Amino acid sequence: MVSGVNAGSGGPVIRSTTSVLTRGDRWDHILAGWGVNRSDHRVEPGLYALGSPTPDAPGFATANYTLSFDALRSALSGFDAYILVLDTYGVNVWCAAGQGTFGTDELVHRIRSSRPDEVVRHRRLILPQLGAPGVAAHEIKNRPGFKVQYGPVRAEDLPAYLVTREATPTMRQVRFNLQDRLVLIPVELVHVAPRMLLAAVAVFFLAGPLGSAAVAAAVLAGAALFPVLLPALPTNPFSTKGFILGAAVALPFAAAAAFGGPGAVWWFRAGAALAYVTALPPVTAYLALNFTGSTPFTSRTAVRREIFAYVPVMAWVFGAGIFLTLALTLIRVLGGA
Amino acid sequence: MSLSCNFNTLEYLPDRCIGCGLCAAVCPHGVFAMNGRVAQLVRPRACMECGACQLNCPTQAILVEGGVGCASAMIRAALWGQEEPTCGPSTPSSCSAEGSDAGGCCE
Repeated sequence: MVSGVNAGSGGPVIRSTTSVLTRGDRWDHILAGWGVNRSDHRVEPGLYALGSPTPDAPGFATANYTLSFDALRSALSGFDAYILVLDTYGVNVWCAAGQGTFGTDELVHRIRSSRPDEVVRHRRLILPQLGAPGVAAHEIKNRPGFKVQYGPVRAEDLPAYLVTREATPTMRQVRFNLQDRLVLIPVELVHVAPRMLLAAVAVFFLAGPLGSAAVAAAVLAGAALFPVLLPALPTNPFSTKGFILGAAVALPFAAAAAFGGPGAVWWFRAGAALAYVTALPPVTAYLALNFTGSTPFTSRTAVRREIFAYVPVMAWVFGAGIFLTLALTLIRVLGGA
Repeated sequence: MSLSCNFNTLEYLPDRCIGCGLCAAVCPHGVFAMNGRVAQLVRPRACMECGACQLNCPTQAILVEGGVGCASAMIRAALWGQEEPTCGPSTPSSCSAEGSDAGGCCE
């Protein structure tokens, strides 16, 4: 909820906002969670007054992604403050810092154009800790003269932080608990759905409804089940975790192909079962590997190693599974089994 | 927690440290801790190469190849022979506004 632009008499432009999240805000958050119009969840960059801040009120900086801005202002319920919104093109603080848009240059530019120094007496600006990969605090001190203080990782810890202006080690640690992982699933699903449907339709003509169901299961396991089970899956690399999950998903389909189908000869049934356990797990594993980018703890060096170690394996095993599927289809069409 | 966080390019040159404490403040994985007036590497293997400590170190006492540990963007880059991405603004398709601030930046 944002209103009231104060643009009178040549002073800085200050918009007003509150800590209240409206139904419209919550709907916007749901749409953002499902990746709908993903670059449209934006707040106008600039200076905002939260409540009725005095010249001694604390100043905060955030990204112009609605979820970032709303997390900040709702966490500051009961506080009066100034909020400086940087233009990160509607991307959250952490990702924008990685891209450099939540960065030193934009912060310097925004301080100079929005002129918070004309409304506060102090020269302190509290930044979210996850903005630090983009901002060199000492340069902000040297250029527009504001002292950057890194607040906690999560806005919800701000009231406690403001008491002492010290973040505890717990406030400084990112976490990736079940709740954090669950919110990522809708976007993963939206992302894989078109290719999953195409693949399921294509496989229907090769292996029938069981094949289509298997494709859907392997993809959903990688996109939805993997984030849920991440810490519980054995081994360390995401790829092997994905292979294990994919194998678990493939086994019932292999069993159905081996024991459930109409009376084909034994080697045809065995071949069909083998096709499931080779074609499916690499799909799940590949999606699992791709989930590295959504976690807050994988390093680029380690992901690069994992790609070189496991993507070739995925490709070969998957290729073998597809080859087997096509061969079995050909045999069936030609009446060989 | 995973293989993917056990390998990194983090290097620390303690004789350059002036004890400002920013590395310990910005690290989201508690890799650095202050020991009196000097920073100490306490959990080097937890480093995810976000680059925050290096950027905020006023004396260049920390070296790390900062980047985004995002497999899909890196695979795309490898397949099409592009430079490895850092999810820059020039490649908005590989980036997202998804999730919370603790979420990921890929896809």
